[in-house]
Amino acid sequence: MDVLLQQLLNGLILGSLYAMVALGYTMVYGILELINFAHGEIVMLGAMVAVSLLTLLVGAGVPVPLALFLALGAAVAVCMLTGILVERVAYRPLRNAPRLAPLITAIGVSIVLQNLAMIFWGRQYLSFPPVQEVQVYDWMGATVTNVQLIIVGVAALTMGGLLLLVNRTRLGRAMRATAQNREVAGLMGVDVNRVIAVTFAVGSALAAVAGLLIAAYYGIAHYNMGFTLGLKAFSAAVLGGIGNIPGALLGGLLLGVIESLGAGYIGDLTGGFLGSHYQDIFAFFVLILVLVFRPSGLLGERVGERA
Amino acid sequence: MSLLQVQGLAVHYGGIRAVKGIDLSVQEGEVVCLIGANGAGKTTSLRALAGLLPSAAGSIHYAGTDITALPVHQRARLGLALVPEGRGVFPRLTVEENLRMGAYWRNDRPGIATDLERVYELFPRLRERHAQRGGTLSGGEQQMLSLARALMSRPRLLLLDEPSMGLAPLAVRKIFDTIRLIAEQGMTLLLVEQNARLALETSHRGYVLEGGRIVHRDTAAALLASPKVREAYLGA
Ligand SMILES: Nc1ncnc2c1ncn2[C@@H]1O[C@H](COP(=O)(O)OP(=O)(O)O)[C@@H](O)[C@H]1O
Ligand SMILES: [Mg+2]
Repeated sequence: MDVLLQQLLNGLILGSLYAMVALGYTMVYGILELINFAHGEIVMLGAMVAVSLLTLLVGAGVPVPLALFLALGAAVAVCMLTGILVERVAYRPLRNAPRLAPLITAIGVSIVLQNLAMIFWGRQYLSFPPVQEVQVYDWMGATVTNVQLIIVGVAALTMGGLLLLVNRTRLGRAMRATAQNREVAGLMGVDVNRVIAVTFAVGSALAAVAGLLIAAYYGIAHYNMGFTLGLKAFSAAVLGGIGNIPGALLGGLLLGVIESLGAGYIGDLTGGFLGSHYQDIFAFFVLILVLVFRPSGLLGERVGERA
Repeated sequence: MSLLQVQGLAVHYGGIRAVKGIDLSVQEGEVVCLIGANGAGKTTSLRALAGLLPSAAGSIHYAGTDITALPVHQRARLGLALVPEGRGVFPRLTVEENLRMGAYWRNDRPGIATDLERVYELFPRLRERHAQRGGTLSGGEQQMLSLARALMSRPRLLLLDEPSMGLAPLAVRKIFDTIRLIAEQGMTLLLVEQNARLALETSHRGYVLEGGRIVHRDTAAALLASPKVREAYLGA
C-alpha cells in the first residue's frame, strides 16, 4: 500500500515537470501544426544555464534566494531568446512548405543546440549545488521532501499563470484565435507573426523553469538531457491530445504516474528480468498505444484529420 | 475623393491569373456590389483588397494612402474589414470572444462595451448564445456573428463576401435586412454576391466580373434594367 502511494506521489511530482514541457509542444503544435522537436533542447539549455550560473553565484557568496532568482531569470531570458530565434530563422521561412520540411528542420535544430551545449559546457554532468537542506516528511507511510514540494509548487504556479494568460487575457485570446484560424486572426488586426513569436517565447519560458526544476529534481544537468525528456513530454502531449492545453497537463501528470508505477512494479512484472532503470520504455509504450488506438489523445478534438 | 480606389489590380495563384487588372472605386457612404458567376474572381479580388493575397500588379488606395503592400493586420487597423466567404468564425471561441476579437486592436474599453451592446441589439440571437462556442451555431447565426464581429472593429469600409451563401431563404432575408440597415446608417459597403438580383437591389452601383475582368459597370438600377445583365445574371 505505501509503495503504491509512494509511487503515485513520485509520479505526480515527475508528471508536473513533464506537463510543463508538454505545454510547450502543444502550444506550438496548436498554432503551427509543427512538432517542435527542438523544445527538449530548450529545456536542457534552461537547466544548463540555471545550474552553471547558480553554482557560480553561490560559490561567489551570493545569498541563495538571490542566486536562485538570478539563475532562473537568466535561464528564462536565454531560453526565450533561443526560442524566438529558432522560430524566426528555422521555422518561419518554411511556414508554407510541405510539412515534412519543418519537421526535419526541427530535428536539425535540436542536434545543433545539443552540440552547441556540448561545446560550451563539455560532456561532464553539472551537479545542482546544495542550496537547500533536504528535509524528509512522512505522510501515510510515504515520504516526500521539501525540495519536491517546492518543485511541485513552482510548477503549479507557473502552469496556473499560463492558463490565466491563455484564457483570460487579450493576448491569450489572440493566441487561441490564431491557432484556430490564422487568416481570420489577421483580418481582426492580429499581427500573426508576433503572436507566433510570443507563443514560442512563452513555451520557452516554461521550458526554462522546467529545466531548473528538473535539474533540481535529479540533482544534475547534462547537454544530452533534452532528448529523452523531449520525447517523453511529446508523448505526454500526444496522450492528452496534442494542441490541447488541458490535455498537456493531464497527459504530463498521467505519464509521470504511469512511469513511476511502472518503475515500481516492472521488476515484479517481468520476474526480475527488467529493473526500474527500464522506466523510460513506458513513455514510448504509451505513445505507441495512443497513436494506434486513440490518435486524437484523451482530450483532443478531431486531431486525426489535422495530423 | 474615393474611400477605395483600385487601379489595374491583378492577382495570380502561381501561374493561374485569377484577376486580370481591374479598376474600381467606392465612395464614402456608398454601397457597391461586385457580381459574377462562380469562379469569376470575386473572392480573389476581395482577399487581395483585405491583404490576404498579394497583388501581382496594380495599386490599392484606401482613405488617401497606398495600401498595396500593407500586411493584412495593418489594413484591418485602418478600418478595412472583410467578412470572408464561409464566415471564418473561430469555432472554439465563444460567441462573445469572437466578438471581442473583432475589437482586438482597439484600446477604448468603454467604446468596445458600447459596441458590444449595440451588436447584441442588432442580433438578439447572439446575445442569447453569447457563452456558446462559435462552432456550435447554425449557418445563419455564424453569418450574423461574422458580420457582427466585423462591426466590432468600427470599420470604415466593410467588404462582404457572399453573405447569402449556403443559407436558407429566411436566413438570407434576415442577413440582407441587416445589411440594408447598416448601409442606411451610413456604412460604406463593397458587397460580393452570386445572387445578383439581391445584391443589385441592395446597392447604389455595381460591377460585373467575368473571367477576372470587369465587363460592365453602372448604377444598380441601370444594371438591373440592362438586357445583357438580365440574360446572364438575373435569369430573365
Ligand atoms: N487557392 C487557389 N489556387 C488556385 N486557383 C484558385 C484558388 N482560389 C481560386 N482559384 C481560381 O481563381 C478563379 C477565381 O476564383 P474565386 O475568386 O474564388 O471566384 P469567385 O469568388 O468569383 O467564385 C477560379 O478560376 C478559381 O478556380
Ligand atoms: Mg467566391
